[in-house]
Amino acid sequence: MSYYEEDDLSRFSDMGKHRPDLFEKFMAWYEACQEDGALSRREKALIGLAVAHALQCPYCIDAYAQSCLESGSNMEQMTEAIHMASALRGGAALIHGLQAHNSVNKVSM
Amino acid sequence: MSEGKALPVVNAETTAAAAARAPVSFDGRVAGAGLTLRRAVAVETLQVNVGKLCNQACKHCHVDAGPKRTEIMSEEIAGQIIEAVRRHRFKTVDITGGAPELNPSFRRLVTESRNAGAHVIVRHNLTVLFEPGQEDLPDFFRARGVEVVSSLPYFLAQQTDAQRGRGVFAKSLEALRRLNEIGYGIEGSGLALHLVYNPAGAFLPPAQSSIEADFKRELRARHGVSFNSLYTITNMPIRRFLDYLRRTGNEERYMRKLVEAFNPQAVAGLMCRTLVSVDWTGRLYDCDFNQMLDLGVAPQLPRTIADFDPREFAGREIVTAAHCFGCTAGAGSSCGGSVVS
Repeated sequence: MSYYEEDDLSRFSDMGKHRPDLFEKFMAWYEACQEDGALSRREKALIGLAVAHALQCPYCIDAYAQSCLESGSNMEQMTEAIHMASALRGGAALIHGLQAHNSVNKVSM
Repeated sequence: MSEGKALPVVNAETTAAAAARAPVSFDGRVAGAGLTLRRAVAVETLQVNVGKLCNQACKHCHVDAGPKRTEIMSEEIAGQIIEAVRRHRFKTVDITGGAPELNPSFRRLVTESRNAGAHVIVRHNLTVLFEPGQEDLPDFFRARGVEVVSSLPYFLAQQTDAQRGRGVFAKSLEALRRLNEIGYGIEGSGLALHLVYNPAGAFLPPAQSSIEADFKRELRARHGVSFNSLYTITNMPIRRFLDYLRRTGNEERYMRKLVEAFNPQAVAGLMCRTLVSVDWTGRLYDCDFNQMLDLGVAPQLPRTIADFDPREFAGREIVTAAHCFGCTAGAGSSCGGSVVS
């Protein structure tokens, strides 16, 4: 058995078995976030895919890859979104290099 | 649509997700929503499948059509259909295949149906226009005021060729240009050219209005091609697409997706309520998908086009099976695209 089971994605609502009130609040909010608004469903799905990669959540990657397809995105668009997430992660790591430089500089002559 | 519902809805768990894991009948699901699925009072459309011969062999084809298939409608059956169109005054005659243009009786069917006053739709795969003897098809369509409905799974070559065969996208564009040149797909011409999107894989189609806008923008900008409307059609889990689902280990997941996306609002607009489908041998079905599964109309109804009587179909039951979840998923699906706006 691996820690991540594909079928768990469709069992997500089992999280509502205990404290269903909290889970229902979460789902109402979660679903409201997906609706067409100032951003389209497709744009939101691409954001979801990018965030899923930044979080490196396999459930979310699977779910949002499907959502992107089913909202009409193609592989080029999805791959660009993934590159955006990866670039942000890379940039976020790299800018922390200044923390290291600062730390070294503080104790250096 | 299923888009945006990346995770299941909590209060649907006891129905949709559980139903996906346990056997559930389509009729049971419809009844569970407090609905009944029956035919409408009138049969508006006669959908004629002239057979399985096609110049293409698409990976998703529910007909299992291809260049080597020999099951095609005879002149005698075509004559029976023309007689039925004259007698019963169908509002619409919808001709499909295979590539229906390859049937020797195709032009006669179109011409006589138009002469009988029916609106005629041809499910035209675009590339057949480049087959020997078919070069004048656009002019034939125009002269008879045919509505042309053509599959184009995506506005990029990769997805289109992956589903319909190498080089199909380029040939389809060339055919679309020829149709545009004589007015098809041009606003105000009165010559309707609609495209059909169906997913290039085991997923549901996007919202029709959204993807239509993308197709119009991209086909115009990249290729200078126009069309009137885009229909989104869900891939049915039968025949060649079912083989694909099984081969790739996607069958259970896809069926679960269809069941979970069951939309009660789609039931009233299902095409089987107003359509009768006839196969190349003259047998009758509730839709083209049932035809491919050999599920004829309900036993007590007339079985063949020669015996067809629309009065006997009014309000009668419709034969269903698990594939029907394909027509009720999300915004619903029919030969005219989604059924829920």
